[in-house]
Amino acid sequence: MIPSLASRHSWFEATARARLAGLLDPGSFAEILPPAESQPSPHLAMLDLPGAFDDGVVVCYGQLEKKPIFAIAQEGQFMGGAVGEIHGAKIVGLLRRAVQEKPAAVLFLIDSGGVRLHEANAGLIAISEIMRAVLDARAAGVPVIALVGGSCGAFGGMGIVAKLCSAIIISEEGRLALSGPEVIETVAGVEEFDAKDRALVWRVTGGKHRYLMGDCAELVEDDIPAFRTGVAKLLAGWQEAAPGLAQLRASQQVLENRLAAYATYRDGLQVWAALGIARPDSVPLLDRDSLVALKEGLPT
Amino acid sequence: MSLNDILDALFPAGHTVAVANQVITGEATTAQGTVAVLGTTDAAAIDHAMALALSGFVLDTVERHPGRPLVFLVDTSGQALSRSQELLCLNGSLAHLASCVDFARRQGHPSLSLVTANAVSGGFLSFGLMADQAYALADAQVRVMDLRAMSRVTKIAHERLVELAGTSPIFAPGAGSYVRMGGIAAIWPVPSADLLDDALSAARKAVSAGDQRQGTGLSRGGRLLASDIATTVQNATAGA
Amino acid sequence: METLDFRFASKPVSRVADPALCGVVGSGNLEILIKTGSEPAACRVSIKTSARGFGDTWQAVLGSFAAGHAAGGTEIAINDMGATPAVVTLRLAQALAEYQGGAQ
Repeated sequence: MIPSLASRHSWFEATARARLAGLLDPGSFAEILPPAESQPSPHLAMLDLPGAFDDGVVVCYGQLEKKPIFAIAQEGQFMGGAVGEIHGAKIVGLLRRAVQEKPAAVLFLIDSGGVRLHEANAGLIAISEIMRAVLDARAAGVPVIALVGGSCGAFGGMGIVAKLCSAIIISEEGRLALSGPEVIETVAGVEEFDAKDRALVWRVTGGKHRYLMGDCAELVEDDIPAFRTGVAKLLAGWQEAAPGLAQLRASQQVLENRLAAYATYRDGLQVWAALGIARPDSVPLLDRDSLVALKEGLPT
Repeated sequence: MSLNDILDALFPAGHTVAVANQVITGEATTAQGTVAVLGTTDAAAIDHAMALALSGFVLDTVERHPGRPLVFLVDTSGQALSRSQELLCLNGSLAHLASCVDFARRQGHPSLSLVTANAVSGGFLSFGLMADQAYALADAQVRVMDLRAMSRVTKIAHERLVELAGTSPIFAPGAGSYVRMGGIAAIWPVPSADLLDDALSAARKAVSAGDQRQGTGLSRGGRLLASDIATTVQNATAGA
Repeated sequence: METLDFRFASKPVSRVADPALCGVVGSGNLEILIKTGSEPAACRVSIKTSARGFGDTWQAVLGSFAAGHAAGGTEIAINDMGATPAVVTLRLAQALAEYQGGAQ
């Protein structure tokens, strides 16, 4: 086996629990409402489906480089990481707890297609509650950092939640969007979005594109230690700003300018060229370090 | 019911409301003074331009009219489904809109939303469900997905979903389900200035009370688990 | 979905740590939760599985596990999404090792 591959711990492939084990300081993981103390979703049982003891999300205390942190990790392999009643309530509870206890950060390991259709109303309201709870934690001075690099990405309501966080750390394999390409293809046709064209899907929703456009703060390798290093780097000296009119006005301006400039584009290649990248077609082939260097050299 | 009929019924003392690109912005006179009126109409599929028009209007209101209540009229079929919209991170613009509504609340602007016709998924999340209290007209459609599409995606027989939907508000489409789950405060038989007046008073109280929807869902018997689980997580001592 | 319950005689488990969880309820996979039971010389197993009609297979796989390992005094709960017998056997061994404090 190639040594560099042997030593790599893919975030994409790992379970939620394995991600947490590699992200937090060794021995610091302390789960709240662990599987032995919880019950699977009765709503899934009603539909004759097996549930999971943790309902697809782990909430915990822990430490990162000795700093106290809270973490939320969604399990993408269970029901696509989708948010049901119990799943959502665990997240809301932890975020509210963060308002009281003020850990150094809440790390939100998002791996979710959004609302769990089997519990659609409970899931939609829960995501709305998560949205408000994320903003409450941030207003209390607690940074909420989204980590996106799992097989389900961050879609639907969880895509909105990701963008409400203080910052997003994403891997090249990570995807961040609202509607999944399959949904768009089903409703609007394959000419609008060919969900089987993986390269296109990544040029529209993938980590490199979101990083180049500034929607994600950091791009990291698909590697658990790389996410850990990325979080530590981001949190060093991070000051969670109080919500303010000036900052929201600035965001509004950025989004309006971007829409005015790129509204007709349909492919990342067009946006990257407009950002000043001389050879946009080379972007998908660049490794992480080269891409970060490329972005840092772009005109602002 | 047309938007104008709804506006006339809600604001008999007068309203100045413009509609552009399915986005409603303006102001109206109520028994409690002037309110900002904003939202979407004709089952708008929310895109970047609509989200930014709404967020811009929220910020203008915060800047120019401190404390003015926000009345959202919700008629959305969800989010725009297109590649160009996703390319520019549509979830980002919807998150920005939600942030602006939340900021207005923190600045002391009471808010309420009224679903006039449709409220679906992402469009509903970004502003209707961000208000202090949400209401719906009696014939409004509120849902994530209709049962036929849900059956296709979940591979559960449509007849089975219909049967369960009769008793469980957990996934059954409809404003009534959302009332029982605590997501919608009440259903209005018709748009009315009196109901709006009461709702504005309730929103003034809700603005400082925080998110009460889990408790409401529990007391109405629709969402029996969420409140206890959130409280347990909030208060539990460290695990193993 | 089918619910199955079994009880097997098994030698008492040697060392006990905290409840242990192994695996994920994903397609072709399962999760196994082991915690302390009430009978020192028996292992009780309750299963919820998406695949109906495999009771005999479960009995054989679990019986072989209970005979080959000291798993007495445990209660095992399984949520299954169609895991193969090989995956079940592997996860059972992993979960028992972790339950005995020998994780990783």
